[in-house]
Amino acid sequence: MLAFYKRLYPFKSIFNWLNHEHVPTKLFTNREFAFTLQGDVYLRYNSFERADELKKQVCALNPTRFEIGPVYSARPRDKKTVRPANFTAQLRELVFDIDMTDYDAIRTCCAGADICRRCWAFIAAAVRVLDHAIRDNFGYKHLLWVYSGRRGIHLWISDREAMELTDEQRRALVGWLMVIQGGKEMHKKVNVRQGSRTLPPSIKSALDPLATVFGDLILEDQNCFESEEGWKALIQLIPDKAVAESLAAKWGTEPMRSSEDKWDDLKKEVRKFDKGTAKRNALQAAVEDIILQYTYPRLDAEVSKHRNHLLKAPFCVHPKTGRVCVPVDPAAIDSFRPERVPTVSLLLRELDEIAVAPGAGEDAGGEEGTGEHHSDWERTSLKPYVALLDRHVAALMQEVRQAKRAAPTYDASW
Amino acid sequence: MQSAVDRKVASSKQSTSQVERHSTLKYPHRLNFYDISPQGDITIEEFETCALDRLRVLAEIESSFARNRPYEELKEVTEKQCSKYLPLASTGAHMVDRDAERRKDHVGHFVLRLAFCRSEELRRRFVKAETTLFRVRYDSDVHSEREAFLNSRDFDWIPVSDEERKQYETELAAASPTSSKETSTRAERYYKVKWTRVPDLVEKRRVFLKGGYAYVPSREQSSIVFQEFQTNLTKALDMTAKALPRLDEDTRIVPILNNLSQGFLAGVSSEWSTAEAGSGDQITAGMVDDLARKHFPMCMRNLHDTLCRDRHLKHFGRLQYGLFLKVLGLSIDEAIAFWRKSFSNIQDDKFNKEYRYNIRHSYGLEGKRANYPAKSCQQILISDQPGSADSHGCPYRHFSGDNLQTALLSMYSGQGLSVADLPEIMATVKAGHYHVACTRVFEITHARQGVKKGEGVGGGESVTHPNQYAAKSRELEKEKDDVDVVMD
Repeated sequence: MLAFYKRLYPFKSIFNWLNHEHVPTKLFTNREFAFTLQGDVYLRYNSFERADELKKQVCALNPTRFEIGPVYSARPRDKKTVRPANFTAQLRELVFDIDMTDYDAIRTCCAGADICRRCWAFIAAAVRVLDHAIRDNFGYKHLLWVYSGRRGIHLWISDREAMELTDEQRRALVGWLMVIQGGKEMHKKVNVRQGSRTLPPSIKSALDPLATVFGDLILEDQNCFESEEGWKALIQLIPDKAVAESLAAKWGTEPMRSSEDKWDDLKKEVRKFDKGTAKRNALQAAVEDIILQYTYPRLDAEVSKHRNHLLKAPFCVHPKTGRVCVPVDPAAIDSFRPERVPTVSLLLRELDEIAVAPGAGEDAGGEEGTGEHHSDWERTSLKPYVALLDRHVAALMQEVRQAKRAAPTYDASW
Repeated sequence: MQSAVDRKVASSKQSTSQVERHSTLKYPHRLNFYDISPQGDITIEEFETCALDRLRVLAEIESSFARNRPYEELKEVTEKQCSKYLPLASTGAHMVDRDAERRKDHVGHFVLRLAFCRSEELRRRFVKAETTLFRVRYDSDVHSEREAFLNSRDFDWIPVSDEERKQYETELAAASPTSSKETSTRAERYYKVKWTRVPDLVEKRRVFLKGGYAYVPSREQSSIVFQEFQTNLTKALDMTAKALPRLDEDTRIVPILNNLSQGFLAGVSSEWSTAEAGSGDQITAGMVDDLARKHFPMCMRNLHDTLCRDRHLKHFGRLQYGLFLKVLGLSIDEAIAFWRKSFSNIQDDKFNKEYRYNIRHSYGLEGKRANYPAKSCQQILISDQPGSADSHGCPYRHFSGDNLQTALLSMYSGQGLSVADLPEIMATVKAGHYHVACTRVFEITHARQGVKKGEGVGGGESVTHPNQYAAKSRELEKEKDDVDVVMD
C-alpha cells in the first residue's frame, strides 16, 4: 500500500479537484480528511495546507483508505481550539451513492457483496438516468462518477452552487430524485403520482430509456419473474384484483413461462380494457410503475442529505477487492467492467516491470521523501483514469477562472 | 428602495408621532420582512412586554407542532392567540392605531431575535415558529394588501414568457398537482426562480425543473415568499449571533434576554424538563426499583425490568430510560451509581470506558453539552423504531398483542389491573390509540387513590409524556399520604 501512495496515488489531481484552483484555498485547507488505519482505527478531522502535506501524512499513516468530508468554517485540525459555533460544515460537493445491495430484491444473478457483469447493468441504467436528470433538471455540469471499488458507484458534483447547498436543499433534491421508497415489507415502492394522474415530467422522461432496459435486463438477462418468488412479487404490484388472480392462476399452472411471456400476459390483460376507462388507466399506470420499480436508480439517500457525510476518496483502494476506485466516464458506462479495474497488486507489478526495464533506472534512487513520483502512474494502467480526472478538473478550473475574471470588474465598478 | 424609505420614515419618527396623520402610515404594510431594525428609543418596559407578548404567540405555535395539529387548526389557534396578545389589523382598519400595533410587532420580533440567536437549537426553533407566524398572517391578509406587500419587495423572480410556457406546456401541466381543468396551465402565470429557493416544492415534485430553474405557478408563489422569509431570518440570526458577544451592554438587557430564551425552552416543547419536573425531592439510585414498581408507565417499567433481568440495556433503551430518570430527579452522581449497579456483569474498566461518557453526555456534561429533555410519548412512538433486539419504544405499540397482555398482567395486577380490563385496553391499542390505552391503565392502577375513569392524569388529560405519568402518580401518592397523616 505504501508504495501505491508514494508512487501512484495522484495527489496533485485530487488536490486540484477539491481546490478548484492551483493556489490552496479554504476549499482545501479547511477540508476534513478522515483516515482509516489498519485495525479499524479511525482518525477524523485532519486537514492540510497543501497537497504534499496530505501526501506526507498519508505515507506516514499508510491508511487502508481515506475519506473526504466538507469544508468547514475553520481548519478541521483546529477543531478543539475553536468554539463549536464557529466550526460548522459550509461547503461540500453534492454526493450520491448507489449501492448494489439496494438491488438485492430484484437481481437474480448475485447477492450481497458480489457483483458481476450482469448486475452492472443496473448500475449503468441508474447512472444514465441520474446523470441526465441532474444535468437537465438542476443544470449542474461538473459531475464526477467514481467506481466504489466493489459493488457501487459514487457521484461527486463540484459546481459552485451544488457545493453551497444547505442540508435542507440537499434533502429536497434527494426527494426529487427518490422514486423507490418503502422498506422490505412494502411491496409497491413507487408512489410518485398524485392520485391517478400522469407521472411527473422528470420521471416521465426517464421512463422511455428505462423501458428498454427493463426489456433487456429484467425480462431477458435477469429473468426476474421466472421463479415463483419473482412472479409473486410482480402480482403484488397489480392493482386490479381480478387481473392479478387470473394471472396468478395461469402462472401457477405453467411454471415454464419465461419472464417475457409473463410480461406479455400482463400487457394483454391490460389491453383487454378499453382505452380511456379508469381500469385501463390504472393498469397502464401500474405497468409504468413496475418498470420504474425494477430499473429506476436506488439511492442511498442519507449520504446525499448532509454536508458532513464522509465519502471515500477517489483512487483509494477497496480493502476487500484491492481494486482502485477509479473515475468512470458516464458516456461509456455500459462498457465499463468492474472486474477489469486495475488492482493495487497489478499496478505494483507494472511498476516493478518498469524498474527492471532499461531507461527507468533514474527513479530507483529517489525512494525516500523528496522523490516525486507523480508521473509514475503514467506508465501503468492507471493512466487513463487519472487522465479522466484531470480532464474533469481542467473544465472545472476553467469555469472557476472565468468566474473569477468576471468578479473583479464587478467589484471595481462598485 | 424600500429599505431607504423605511429608514427615512423611522428617523423622522419623533416628528410624526406628534402629528396624527391618517393617510401615511409608518408601517405601510401589515406584513413585515423585518429587514430593518426598529429605530429610536424604546423603554426597557416596552422592550420586555413586546417580547413577552410575542413569545406567547410563538409558544402556542410551538406547542401546536408538538401536538401535531394540522395546519388549519394551528392557524385558528394562532390567530386567537394573536388577537389576544399581538393584534395586527389590516391597513383598511382606520379605527385602530395600526402603527402602534405594527411597531409592537416589529420591536417584539427584534428583541426575540436577540434572545434566540444564541444557540443553534434556539435559532432553528425560532425560525420555524416565526416563519409559521408569517405564514398565518400572510394567509389571513387582505388580498389587495398582500399584492401591495409583494410589489413592495423585489423577490427576484423571472416571469415566464409565453413562448417558454408553450414550449414546456405538457411538462408544466404534469407538474402541477391540480390541473383538473386543461385550461388552467394556459391561464396560469409562471415565475422562474433558482430551484434552491423553493426546496419544499422541489422535494414534493410540485414544480417543473429545467437547468436549475424551478417554474413556479402563481398559486405556489407564497412558497417562494415563505422560503425567502426563512432564509433571510436564518441569515440575520446568524449575524446577530456573531455580533452579540460584542454588544456593549449594561446589566439591564441581558437578564431579560436570558429570561426570555429560557421561557421558550422550558415552557413549550419539553414541558417536563428538569426545571419543573422534580417536586423538589431528589431521587437516589436505591429508590428507583421501588418507584418503578409503583409509579412508572409501562414503557419505563419494561425497560427497568429488562435492565434488572439482563443487567444491560441497548443504546436507545439506555437513552430513553436514562433521560426519563434524569427528569424524574436522579442526579448525575446517582445516575452513574444506578447504572453501575445495574450493569453488574460489566467490568469497571469497560463501564468507565463505554458507558460513563454517555451517561454524562445525556446530562449535558460532555460533548456539545446540551441539556436533553426526556423523550415524549410522541418521540417514543415515532422516532428510533426498536429493532429486533431492542426493548425501548412504547409497549402498547411495539409489543405483539399476546405479549402485551401478559406483560400488563404481570406488571400491574398488583395495582388492581385484572383480566377483565384487558379487552378494553386491547381494543384501544388495536385502534391505534396507544396513549389512550396507557391513560386507561393509569386510571385503573390508580383507582385506589380515587382516580375515576375518564379522569386521566388530571382533568381528563391523557398521557403524553412518561414523566407526566410518573409525576402524577407520585403526586397522588403524596396526597394520599397527607390525608392519611391527617386522619391519624
